[in-house]
Amino acid sequence: MAQWSGYLELILQGALVTLQLTVLGTVVALIMAFLGGLGRLSRHWWIRWLATGYIEFFRGTSIFVQLFWAYFVLPLFGIPLSPLQAGVLALGLNVGAYGAEVVRGAIQSVPKEQYEACTALNLTGWQRMRHVILPQAFVLMLPTFGNNAIELLKGTAVVSLISLSDMTFQAQVVRAQTGETALPFLTILLLYFVFSTAISTAIRGLERHLARGLDGTRS
Amino acid sequence: MLQPIIEIDGVSKSFGALEVLKDLSFNVAPGEKLALIGPSGSGKTTILRILMTLETINGGTIKVDGEQLWHREHEGGLIPADERHLHKMRAKIGMVFQLFNLFPHKTVLENVTLAPILTKGAGREDAKRSAMTLLEMVGMAEKADAKPAQLSGGQKQRVAIARALALQPKIMLFDEVTSALDPELVEEVLNVMRRLAEETDMTMLLVTHEMSFAHDFADRVLFFDGGRIVEEGPPDDIFTQPKEERTQAFLKKIIAAGQRI
Repeated sequence: MAQWSGYLELILQGALVTLQLTVLGTVVALIMAFLGGLGRLSRHWWIRWLATGYIEFFRGTSIFVQLFWAYFVLPLFGIPLSPLQAGVLALGLNVGAYGAEVVRGAIQSVPKEQYEACTALNLTGWQRMRHVILPQAFVLMLPTFGNNAIELLKGTAVVSLISLSDMTFQAQVVRAQTGETALPFLTILLLYFVFSTAISTAIRGLERHLARGLDGTRS
Repeated sequence: MLQPIIEIDGVSKSFGALEVLKDLSFNVAPGEKLALIGPSGSGKTTILRILMTLETINGGTIKVDGEQLWHREHEGGLIPADERHLHKMRAKIGMVFQLFNLFPHKTVLENVTLAPILTKGAGREDAKRSAMTLLEMVGMAEKADAKPAQLSGGQKQRVAIARALALQPKIMLFDEVTSALDPELVEEVLNVMRRLAEETDMTMLLVTHEMSFAHDFADRVLFFDGGRIVEEGPPDDIFTQPKEERTQAFLKKIIAAGQRI
């Protein structure tokens, strides 16, 4: 059992990597979601075209293959990435593509009366987006963003395939070294669950905070 | 006669196959209070929406304050206005909507200060002070920190009026501003508008189904039907001795529905 505490430490080190991937990947995903979502609504056809291309491509191909591309193929074009960089990039781009559709949908669901009020108050397109539409749309995006962040957390396990020592990778190491299977996998199962619960709790809190006094958008 | 502040000349507008305005022409004098009445679908709201640049026109021209609204003069001819020109023209016009359209995520005060701060570069404190004066005028100063969802319909509409006034437009458009209100809340909004009409020299265009209010408020009434002006004149003429058959029929229906004129 004393030995087990050493192995647990190994798994916890992996948990740190998993957290790091989740946080950084979420940041990239958020940026891509807004770029892609706003891009889909652009007045310029070529921006819409680029955004649609990004979204369809990253939703339509496997995260494994995307990760292998980031790690094994990009260096061939002179862009060497560390396993962490490759993981963050692949996860962020992949989840960001799903997030972009959420951003687009939420923006489009703000009633057109809100847009008209902005025109009547002579706000520019950017002022309208920044001060009126996005603050209302963001509340609508949050629940799905929460789901996406949890998907991203669970998706981090794929980086063990490019030898990044995340939680899942470390559990495999422990299993290989001790021959013990149930305990390391039970541990990471619980850890994933704890992390995802933390994410959904945080999102729910944020949602409640932002939604205060926001019932009925036609007010 | 003074140069009209609004000159509508041969304007037509269609939504698909439906022609809502047909070769419409009329002028509005500076400071005039104009009531637009008529059955639903007669095109009166569309005129306000066109003036606020919420709808484009299909033909004709509109001048506001001596300048083309939907066009720009270019090498002796007219070309469609770009966004920059529309932005400049919108500064002269304010609008109050049937459904208030307040910003639900902002407080009453923020609703009123947002546009002056963003579009006129007003300082935060100045904007706040002016906003409080306006909220005072519409009787909503006490609710400055409330969110729209906490207000009654009548209160929301009074805030919406203050919000439009904060930009100091020369022309105010009121689009059926009491239609969505419970009957007992209508009067508080109409009172604010009466005061506005008495105390300012703003030009006001009012689309309404409140005939007795239109009677008191307006200098001139336009009766619309089928996208055209059927009859126009001082409220006493239109409401007590309408000449056109369609005007008479419309007013008869209104009276039958229980409204006083």
